[in-house]
Amino acid sequence: MENSALNIVVLVKHVPDVQLNRHLTGEENTVDRSDSILSELDEYALEAALQLVEARGGVAAGNNVVAVTMGPAGAVAAVKKALQIGAFEGVHLSDEALAGSDAAATSLALAALIRHLSPSRPVDLILTGMASTDGETSLLPAQLAARLGLPQLTFAASLEVTDDGGVRRAVIRRDGDSQSEVVQATLPAVISVTDQINSPRYPNFKGIMAAKKKTVTTLTVADIAVDPAQVGRAGSWTVVESAQVRPPRTAGTIINDEGNAGLLLVDFLAAQKLL
Amino acid sequence: MSAVLVFVDQPSAHGGAAALPQSTQELLALARAVGEPVVVLAGPLSGEVLTALGAHGASRIYQCEQSELFEYLVAPKADFLTHVAAQLQPAAVLLENSAECKEIAARVGIALSAGVISDAVGLDAGLNVQKSVLAGSYTVTARATTATAVITVKPHSVHAEEAAVPALPEVEVVSVIFGPASLAARIIDRTGKPASGRPELTEARIVVAGGRGMEGNFGPVEELADVLGAAVGASRAATDAGWIEHSAQVGQTGKTVSPQLYISAGISGAIQQKSGMQTSKVIVAVNRDAESPVFDIADFGIVGDLFTVLPQATEEIKRRKG
Ligand SMILES: Cc1cc2nc3c(=O)[nH]c(=O)nc-3n(C[C@H](O)[C@H](O)[C@H](O)COP(=O)(O)OP(=O)(O)OC[C@H]3O[C@@H](n4cnc5c(N)ncnc54)[C@H](O)[C@@H]3O)c2cc1C
Repeated sequence: MENSALNIVVLVKHVPDVQLNRHLTGEENTVDRSDSILSELDEYALEAALQLVEARGGVAAGNNVVAVTMGPAGAVAAVKKALQIGAFEGVHLSDEALAGSDAAATSLALAALIRHLSPSRPVDLILTGMASTDGETSLLPAQLAARLGLPQLTFAASLEVTDDGGVRRAVIRRDGDSQSEVVQATLPAVISVTDQINSPRYPNFKGIMAAKKKTVTTLTVADIAVDPAQVGRAGSWTVVESAQVRPPRTAGTIINDEGNAGLLLVDFLAAQKLL
Repeated sequence: MSAVLVFVDQPSAHGGAAALPQSTQELLALARAVGEPVVVLAGPLSGEVLTALGAHGASRIYQCEQSELFEYLVAPKADFLTHVAAQLQPAAVLLENSAECKEIAARVGIALSAGVISDAVGLDAGLNVQKSVLAGSYTVTARATTATAVITVKPHSVHAEEAAVPALPEVEVVSVIFGPASLAARIIDRTGKPASGRPELTEARIVVAGGRGMEGNFGPVEELADVLGAAVGASRAATDAGWIEHSAQVGQTGKTVSPQLYISAGISGAIQQKSGMQTSKVIVAVNRDAESPVFDIADFGIVGDLFTVLPQATEEIKRRKG
């Protein structure tokens, strides 16, 4: 058991609740993070990590699941939620210098953070959600893998870790439009998971109580040896010049079917020149 | 005029009738508008594809068909594109907006220290990019601040047409040396999916989508889609139930579509569904519950049973089309 114990980092993001109205704010048009929560899509990554370590005897057998977030003071809420769900420890990278980071700058900071964590114990797997629910670009996992020089196993709809005489491999299924692929890499690896991979658990009372005793380490860019000029707005390679609210859609004509709604639908399509 | 690279992945493998996929034609039209189009092509280059690329204005083609490109996930294609970009120092690198191409773009961005912008719906001569964010609630203009901009472009962002003057592209076969880190995620198995014969979901002009209300029978949605020449979409409830393949899912964790017409049937209109379709030009909803949130965004809504409304519409369209 001991040699197959896993040290897993799960990246979690604190994002505005998708159920509420979301806004851009300030001169740089960044996302307004009041009313934020742990990104729903990161719950799948956390669940995948917990299932892997539970199958290997959990924390007692030397496994570890570290929830890591980067963001302003309030973002620690995402880590705390992850601890309640079952992560064993938390890390919060927080620094003024990080504000306004694009995907490239974020991946630089997170890569440095993972290198910083590694000397005390090498990281075997870095798990993320398939996208953040605010940025929705899915750039981060690929950029993080590129920066760390680690294999990228992204959009995993299933994940298995095998141990073949000391060689540990991750095997994922990735479902594309025209084909489904099985992809394999030796650990360590960066893996993003989709919402098809599992059904995330909710925190229970025991988990919420246990989380109070778990530690969250707060780090700054200086702690992880990152030059402030490489991150945040200064270190980003893209800018949002302007933003316009899209006028919300308004309801149009709503009818009750009185036996001829299918015909009226066709009339509507014809009037819109859609036939 | 500075070079604008257009990444083209195995054009001969696409299912359509034209030599080039629609996305490639669109990217070349955009590239011509902002610079000198140069194609970076992964896979074999047939005579037919060569002629078509010339007709769309490609002045040069860099081609590579080394087996690593197709044996490992994403990274080797990114290395190939980086290799050409490092040589030509283009103003922009354009790719289609598929999941794989976004990841290729992401890696090329790191390798070139270049800004990456995904999900573009427009691009001007100054390489300012238009895109929707926060599930379509904002339109923003974004720009890369680096010498090269890496941009992935959504379908229908530009009208695809051939160049006024066709080009006779020069072809250069590139040999790429892949680093060990790029040959780490090996594709050990592939299962193809049967082609539906319908248009690709993100490219279709019309999408007909069904949800939990289909109760296991997508027939009425498929029949309406076929008389309209439409793609078939679905809610996650329908794909999770296994009534239709996962690649048909529209929404936050499925496809984002913005067709001319989206017909939603038996779908309540949860926020995660809306975020994938609310930038559609016209939305029609059929749902038997008048309180369904989908009616808040429908241009034409029918409160009724989809199992009578859809077949009636299908028959009527058939009749009118004679
Ligand atoms: C992280 C996450 C990601 C998600 N991603 C997506 C996504 O990408 N796409 C997505 O769609 N969902 C997604 N969801 C799920 C989403 O929240 C909803 O649960 C889902 O969209 C509901 O599907 P539905 O509308 O088909 O089913 P329901 O909400 O059950 O609605 C079914 C509707 O059908 C109507 N109906 C039933 N029978 C008939 C009939 N005979 N005639 C007419 N109407 C009828 C009912 O009135 C009802 O409104 C996601 C959820 C989470 C948590």
